[in-house]
Amino acid sequence: MLSQLRSLWEVLKHTFVKADTIEYPEQRRELFPRYRGRIILTRDPDGEERCVACNLCAVVCPPDCIALQKTEDENGRWYPEFFRINFSRCILCGLCEEACPTHAIQLTPDFDMGEYDRQNMVYEKQHLLIDGTGKYHDYNFYRIAGMAIGGKTKGQAENEKPPVDVKTLLP
Amino acid sequence: MKPALGDATDIIGILASVIIVAAMLIWVERRLLALWQDRLGPNRVGPLGLMQVMADMIKMFFKEDWIPPFADRWVFVLAPCIVFITMLTGFAVIPFAPGVGIIDFNFGLLYFLALTSLSVYSIVLAGYASNNKYALLGGLRGAAQTVSYEVFMGISIMGVVMLSGSFNLREIVEAQRDGWFIGPQFLGFLIFLIAVVAESRRAPLDLPEAEQELVAGFHTEYSGMKFGMFFVGEYLGITLSSAIIVTLFFGGWLGPWLPPLVWFCLKTAIGIIFFILLRGALPRPRYDQLMTFGWKFLLPAGLLNLLATGAVVLALHG
Amino acid sequence: MARIEIDGELHTVQDGNNLLSTCLSLGLDLPYFCWHPALGSAGACRQCAILQYRDADDQQGHLVMACMTPVQDGMRIALTAQQARQFRRDNIELLMTNHPHYCPVCEEGGECHLQDMTLLTGHTMRRFRGQKRTHDNQYLGPFINHEMNRCIACYRCVRFYNDYAGSDDLQVFGIHNNVYFGRFEDGALQSEFSGNLVEVCPTGVFTDKTFSAHYARKWDLQTAPSVCVHCSLGCNVAPGERYGELRRIVNRYHGEVNGYLLCDRGRFGYDFVNSPKRIRKLHIAGQASCSVTMATDKFHTMLQAADGVIGIASPRASLEANFALRALVGEDNFFLGLDDSEHTLLNAIHEVMRDGGIHSPSLQEIEQADAILILGEDVTHSAPRMALSLRQAARNAAFALASKLHIQPWQDAAVRELRKQAPTPVFIASICSTRLDDIATNTWHGGPEDLARLGFAIAHNLNDAAPLPAALNEDQQALAANIARALRQAQRPLIVSGTSCSSLAVIQAAYNIARALPESAPQLAFTLPECNSLGMAIMGGKPLQQAFAAMNQGLADSVVILENDIYRRASTQQVDAFLETARHVVVIDSLQNNTTEKAALLLATATFAESEGTLVNNEGRAQRYFPVYPVTDPVRASWQWLLSVMTDSPWAHHDDLTSACAGAFPELATIVAAAPGADYTVEGCKIPRQPQRYSGRTAMHANIAVSEPGQPSDQETPFTFSMEGTTAKVPPAVLPVIWAPGWDSNQAINKFQEETGGSLRAGDPGIRLFEASGTQSWFNDIPPAFQAQPGVWKVIMLPHIFGSEELSLQSPAIAERCPAVCALLHPLDAETLAISDCDTVAIRDPSGTLIMNMPIRIEKTLPPGLLGLATGRPELQPLQSGMLVCLHKSDPLATDVSEERS
Ligand code: SF4
Ligand code: SF4
Ligand code: SF4
Ligand code: SF4
Ligand code: FES
Repeated sequence: MLSQLRSLWEVLKHTFVKADTIEYPEQRRELFPRYRGRIILTRDPDGEERCVACNLCAVVCPPDCIALQKTEDENGRWYPEFFRINFSRCILCGLCEEACPTHAIQLTPDFDMGEYDRQNMVYEKQHLLIDGTGKYHDYNFYRIAGMAIGGKTKGQAENEKPPVDVKTLLP
Repeated sequence: MKPALGDATDIIGILASVIIVAAMLIWVERRLLALWQDRLGPNRVGPLGLMQVMADMIKMFFKEDWIPPFADRWVFVLAPCIVFITMLTGFAVIPFAPGVGIIDFNFGLLYFLALTSLSVYSIVLAGYASNNKYALLGGLRGAAQTVSYEVFMGISIMGVVMLSGSFNLREIVEAQRDGWFIGPQFLGFLIFLIAVVAESRRAPLDLPEAEQELVAGFHTEYSGMKFGMFFVGEYLGITLSSAIIVTLFFGGWLGPWLPPLVWFCLKTAIGIIFFILLRGALPRPRYDQLMTFGWKFLLPAGLLNLLATGAVVLALHG
Repeated sequence: MARIEIDGELHTVQDGNNLLSTCLSLGLDLPYFCWHPALGSAGACRQCAILQYRDADDQQGHLVMACMTPVQDGMRIALTAQQARQFRRDNIELLMTNHPHYCPVCEEGGECHLQDMTLLTGHTMRRFRGQKRTHDNQYLGPFINHEMNRCIACYRCVRFYNDYAGSDDLQVFGIHNNVYFGRFEDGALQSEFSGNLVEVCPTGVFTDKTFSAHYARKWDLQTAPSVCVHCSLGCNVAPGERYGELRRIVNRYHGEVNGYLLCDRGRFGYDFVNSPKRIRKLHIAGQASCSVTMATDKFHTMLQAADGVIGIASPRASLEANFALRALVGEDNFFLGLDDSEHTLLNAIHEVMRDGGIHSPSLQEIEQADAILILGEDVTHSAPRMALSLRQAARNAAFALASKLHIQPWQDAAVRELRKQAPTPVFIASICSTRLDDIATNTWHGGPEDLARLGFAIAHNLNDAAPLPAALNEDQQALAANIARALRQAQRPLIVSGTSCSSLAVIQAAYNIARALPESAPQLAFTLPECNSLGMAIMGGKPLQQAFAAMNQGLADSVVILENDIYRRASTQQVDAFLETARHVVVIDSLQNNTTEKAALLLATATFAESEGTLVNNEGRAQRYFPVYPVTDPVRASWQWLLSVMTDSPWAHHDDLTSACAGAFPELATIVAAAPGADYTVEGCKIPRQPQRYSGRTAMHANIAVSEPGQPSDQETPFTFSMEGTTAKVPPAVLPVIWAPGWDSNQAINKFQEETGGSLRAGDPGIRLFEASGTQSWFNDIPPAFQAQPGVWKVIMLPHIFGSEELSLQSPAIAERCPAVCALLHPLDAETLAISDCDTVAIRDPSGTLIMNMPIRIEKTLPPGLLGLATGRPELQPLQSGMLVCLHKSDPLATDVSEERS
């Protein structure tokens, strides 16, 4: 009983405590780089598209709001032919970023994405792709993956031996 | 004494202001809760966010007023009307100030008790008509809770009746000229307060809705203006309860310097704020705790209070 | 039956199997790579290690490879023992030291057996810090991508390619840790079954190139059970769709028909569905645009105005669509739309199957045959998957010897060693060399008449009552006696024949042989031209020539042609005349062809991937296929077009048509049971076509409109176009996707089989329409021997897996593998004409009119006097089987084929 009265009193005391509310949009607070806001597609340190169209972000997305299609350039490098996020469905959970093996898809601290027309919430690749590396500066998936792409043949990835010569009998 | 009816302007004025107050309470409650939780609350629509209520109302009107196909249609529509009407008619006996009030008759207090018990029909019917297990559970809880706490409520105010010797609310107020009943009837006041909270199904005793357990209890299936009626009905209930508490224990309109009506409103406002504070500060008990507390503690305490008051009254006047 | 203890639990299991297959049959998860239910055990990958205990007291146990250990009564083993688990995990870790670890850019990702097995063993962290071995890739043709870095050296590919499918251009090269699985040099894989490497290889070394060109993960593919439409065998397939486009075909296991494997035509022929030649708009001659209502109105008025309507059916359309056409035009006006000789042959085959009293075997039964005679067929080209089965049957003598020597049949290498000591009698009598010659104990080549005569002679050798052809030479007599002896000694002799040589006598001879076989259970398998040829023969209808006659005589003035390019069925002049006489020509088809060009009203129809129906395969098995994805307006299924103009039709739904069709033909009475109807539900829900992890639902259409459209509804089948519902416990006929928890690859099929490699739980799909009953009298019509006439050649059409089938020819990958059009000629004939390989000849009809110029290939197995040409190639339309032509060496400046045609 006493504790109930005490609660009442403690709560009442807050009448004289200043509110913590930050009055967005007049006031804005500094957000951490890992804040989960608007999603971007980044480029690798060489300026190429990072996304390899593996579809992992799409499959992990709880509201299924990512759709893309894989295609290849003439040298066998995978990239998305189209990449679409329906932000009117996105719950900004960040699972896509966690699933992405290439650091291509990243969430940013920009969250004011309100639109009067819902159709404008549909972002295509040209709206998503930025010119930089985003939060992760050095990673380049294709430098590690053992796949030949333009400018890199077999054996030139990190930690690779040159291709085997099958015709040799030497051990 | 013949029941006296106020004139038409009185009636319309009182009903209108009561409804407006109830509606504004939505804003008041949100702002106050925010204040105590170190937030700001609604402050964007109109000055101080006062137009929030209007905005909410517009929204409510334009929402699809959906009646689930599996519901019992007529009962479903009837339920929110009941709470609204019973609460509103409850105000008929409230003595706002000398000469201000709708009706003045000898059994005002009993009338109030009768109407608060009637309002439980709205909960039970809503729960039944929704044809939804959460709603039904909420309805059942509501019924049991109201029926139980009505007993304690009735008993707790008998002390006041004894002291004033009347069921007429105006006479009860007059009887407090020498001192508010809160003093001699402190125990009765406490029991009444708890019972009133339980009757109006306000947090912390809002077990019929208990969002964390029952989705939204008896009004799970309600939307649009029907939900709005439940909502406003609840605030009418708070206002009515505060007014009654003020009348019974805090000397109604009595007070120095200021005009009686102002005193009454002021006291009622404080009562309302206290209700909101209760909601802001106290957690909800478990359902069995609520019932145990009622029957095992409030009932004996109420009876004790009754006996003691009776004894004192007998000793003083007998 | 043996009782064994696994991890402390007693199980009663089949004797004689290996432990790996037994554990999988019991539903236990044991990782493996080199073992494959169709290929047997190799013991190469060391992944299936388990602990075996000597006796009840042994606490220690020792590691054995489950795939190499036979089940023995009373044995005690442990799958979950710590040592075994550790061994398996370490083994994968070693396999992975050189693995490229880039599943995101690997087509196998999401349905990779290596991924599954890695997860199963619990290997998660790569500890190896050394450098990775790499390999260069090869170009392997239009079907298959090569990425050798992904190889784990399990040897499944070469065991399938060389040992199982009998081709030798994929080999293993190099030594020790550097082994390389590829070709001697870049170039298209030569096997007709190379596509199976995609599923046989447990990693992404061999992946589907056509799929990669419009790739989607397995979890993103919308799938429904389907049946291959590219030949008469009716292999079960699982087509996958994404974004409204058919993306690929994978095998759908069927214990009786295709098992684990498909042919390349079936796997890569699907792309015709996405072809630019697809008809996607309705067309009324002389009008710019046409809506669905306009089209149906037009169709309706045409029918009203017509004075007799001829309906031309199609052997590549479903029973239901054909039945709807028959109902629309009436039985008297219903023509089968087959060329005349094919019509006769199909009728004969149908009669033999129905009344001949000879069992028609499934592919599974064909694999069990212990003596085989192939009469007049190059099976690899006319019924490809059957060739694979015949190849396995050729090992039966080796299996028999192995069992005498107490070698288990799954001891693959050991049994294969016996092959040369125990050849299974396989006789191939064909027009010229075939792709199965390497398994044949004897081959013989001749024209259709001679093949038939040989057949009659064999029958006579088996039973004197059978007629004897006159004037057989000694060789033929000896050969016939020899074959007859082998067949007589067999337990399960098999005769394979078919329509390829366009000869009724060959079919009759094949029947005589089967009938003449004493007591044993003879089996007679026919290969037919198209996916529903037998269904058409059962339904019955008039020959196409009578339609021409009827039009000529004015008995009818309009024609409705259902999914049939009749220019492939009769001479151009005849068809031109027919279509020009007709007042109204309505064509319902899915791809542009010569016939659709003549349509006054052209109705766009759905392909097998967008519609439902029942097909009857060569064995007489009725199988249902279901739409994989909804059609886009204004395309409709053929049966819907036909029903839409039938006033007072009692049928509203596809199921109604199926039952009406079953009711109308006693032989088809059971087709309703081929698969559950549209009202079938599991726990109140329809069956989802989309896997549980289907992605992008709320974004795939968002570029068109951000509010998602509702899922298209499907009133006709038990499926929905959504992911809601469950696929657990549905019968195999409506099982859309092969997937089980932890088993993302198609090898999850072991969770759906009674026992590994056996029939599917709840029965393999389809209903067999015939069982051997009755008997027919001996056929006596023995043709005289073929006499080559000087200066005149007889055209003989030879089917080819790539190019002979109309629909698959429109798939770019298949088109790329089509052999160049040329004519085959015997060396002696070439000498007479003074031409050599690759020279061009002018083909003229006997009156001397030039038909076309054509390069020549010299084929020494082709009998003299015959001119061999590829079946079904549009370039060769003017030439028909059996036609007599004159050949002249064309002068070097002569125009080439294509110019000649235009
Ligand atoms: S997970 Fe990353 S790489 Fe893969 S498709 Fe998504 S954004 Fe592209
Ligand atoms: S083969 Fe399998 S494990 Fe290897 S990269 Fe491809 S998907 Fe991954
Ligand atoms: S290519 Fe595939 S099937 Fe062949 S050995 Fe390598 S992993 Fe095995
Ligand atoms: S054998 Fe025939 S039915 Fe089977 S996959 Fe090949 S073309 Fe299709
Ligand atoms: S599966 Fe047993 S050793 Fe490979």
